[in-house]
Amino acid sequence: MKTSSNTKQKKNDKALSTLQKTPTGISGLDEVTGGGLPKGRPTLVCGEAGSGKTMMAIEFIVRGAMQFNEPGVIMTFEERADELAVNVASLGFDLEKLQADKKIKMDYVHISRSEIRETGEYDLDGLFIRLEYAINTVKAKRVVLDTIENLFGGLKDKGILRAELRRLFTWLKDKGVTAVITGERGEGKLTRFGLEEYVSDCVILLDHRVINQISTRRMRIVKYRGSLHGTNEYPFLIDEDGIAVLPVTSLRLDKGVTSQRVSSGIPSVDEMLGGKGFYKGSSILVSGSAGTGKTSIAATFADGICRNKERCLFFAFEEPPQQIVRNMHSINVQLDKHIKSGLLRFCAARPTLYGLEMHLVAVHKEIQRFKPSVVIIDPITNFVSIGSLSEVKSMLIRLIDFLQNEQITVMFTALTLNDMVNDQTDEAVSSLVDTWLMIKDIESNGERNRGMYVIKSRGMKHSNQIREFLINDNGLSLVDVYVGPDGILTGSAREAQMIQEETGAAIHNYALSRKDREIMRKRKVLESKIESLNSEFESVEEELNKVYEEEELRKQILSKNRETMQSIRRGGDSNNDPINRKK
Amino acid sequence: MTTQNDKKWELRLYIAGHTEKSVTALNNLRRYCEEHLKGQYKIEVIDLLRKPQLAEGDQILATPTLVRKVPEPIRKIIGDLSNEEKVLVGLNIIPA
Repeated sequence: MKTSSNTKQKKNDKALSTLQKTPTGISGLDEVTGGGLPKGRPTLVCGEAGSGKTMMAIEFIVRGAMQFNEPGVIMTFEERADELAVNVASLGFDLEKLQADKKIKMDYVHISRSEIRETGEYDLDGLFIRLEYAINTVKAKRVVLDTIENLFGGLKDKGILRAELRRLFTWLKDKGVTAVITGERGEGKLTRFGLEEYVSDCVILLDHRVINQISTRRMRIVKYRGSLHGTNEYPFLIDEDGIAVLPVTSLRLDKGVTSQRVSSGIPSVDEMLGGKGFYKGSSILVSGSAGTGKTSIAATFADGICRNKERCLFFAFEEPPQQIVRNMHSINVQLDKHIKSGLLRFCAARPTLYGLEMHLVAVHKEIQRFKPSVVIIDPITNFVSIGSLSEVKSMLIRLIDFLQNEQITVMFTALTLNDMVNDQTDEAVSSLVDTWLMIKDIESNGERNRGMYVIKSRGMKHSNQIREFLINDNGLSLVDVYVGPDGILTGSAREAQMIQEETGAAIHNYALSRKDREIMRKRKVLESKIESLNSEFESVEEELNKVYEEEELRKQILSKNRETMQSIRRGGDSNNDPINRKK
Repeated sequence: MTTQNDKKWELRLYIAGHTEKSVTALNNLRRYCEEHLKGQYKIEVIDLLRKPQLAEGDQILATPTLVRKVPEPIRKIIGDLSNEEKVLVGLNIIPA
């Protein structure tokens, strides 16, 4: 490797300050590697048997040819070209056609010790020539050598072989092709024959672990010279679309939030949540003990979403979709028409089908493919059966992060066990979710009824009341619970209370009207009394007025008389009257 | 070995250019054939630098490689053929 720097490569390195990368097209891998594999350099992909090395290598070539218009050469030392073509056909890769289109070239190198004898000096020019010929035929930019270690089994002279391998990798760099070399994992070493010695630009380790009988594929970038890369172990999945790596912890929180609301599909639940429902892009936990109607809430929510012509993805981890659809008919929720119109999609799997990480990868893939605006996971409790609580929590954190970034509203349902056992999932998840609806059984008078609580709902006014949650032929609804002298009344007790109150009200009304009439009568009596008193008063007043007038008149006459008397007594000399003067 | 004389030996030597190794190999091969298979052999030399497309057919990996096409089964000997006994055993000219 150290002697590898040839002039062309040097020139490239000088011209470009940062390492150029070749996108693999493998979903997630380019994110983890920050853009792909080092361009024009060999990358070592190592792992145990069955860890997906060949798959990754082939997908690198196929995606290159199909998506990036970079033809590739697959040189296999293990599987024959036609066998390989059959093997990857299950992933939808048509190697035969790509080969016919001159997009890829496959060359199977067969080595068998029984056929070959060695005598004297030799080199591997034959291999170089074949490779060069293949590269030139399709003008390849990508090369896969799978698994070149098989040469160690076929050739005795390890000294020559090692020298030639060193020369091969240098030669590949000179050619400027981006190469993927696969290698079997060795004990205590990355590869059995120490290929990492020769290929040191980028090393990817694949792993396939079985924990609790559940297998999980993981990959890790052991080394990536001259580039930043994710250092974690990333779970990956091989399915009908090839490999999908999930860069689960490199997700950033850079997307905005909206204040848009999403209806829960149940008007009375919306009412409890400030009258508008959930926030778009928020996470909702619906928890309750068995048979409290969690799935019904989820299905009603899905129904409401689909009615608004939005897409909904329903992950059913407990019941088969057909069963959910059938059962929801009983509450007048018709999910089948949404499935037909393509707005609703069910994904059903047993949690134990694969590991937690794999579930996460699978969920991611489905979401990215279907692009829903609402995701429902029913229930999350079952995940505890395949992982510890902290693992489930960390998985859900990453899932919620991802969904929030995508502005997807998510509803989880969780089964809570009876009060004797602490409901683990609730505790783990409650801090993650934005809205938590809880349905509790309320037992009284020999019957069991459901009560709904809004335990929390971030960023909105929400009711602190317990409502009785009713499931009937027309769907779901909430009614106010009655608080009586004996506590909360639900079910038939509530009905009885309601009837009682209605009766009371009728009697009360009757009593009221009787009283009204009585008052009326009294008023009439009083009014007539007032009338007579008024007229009495008027006549008294008139009498009084008369007295006043007479008095006044008399006064006037008296004073007139006095004056006349005085003038008569003084003889007309009224000016010297001492009394008048004083005045 | 008894029917050896009836056989026609078809040998192919793959080389990558006229290197020291290929010249040695060809010289060695000619000498052994003259000694042991006089008149019954045919040697074809293929230079892969000129005809790279032929490498795949005979599964050539190393050079020089000697391939015994006839008689069947195909046998391959790689290297400069410097060890006479190994070559003769390998070609099944003399029993191992």
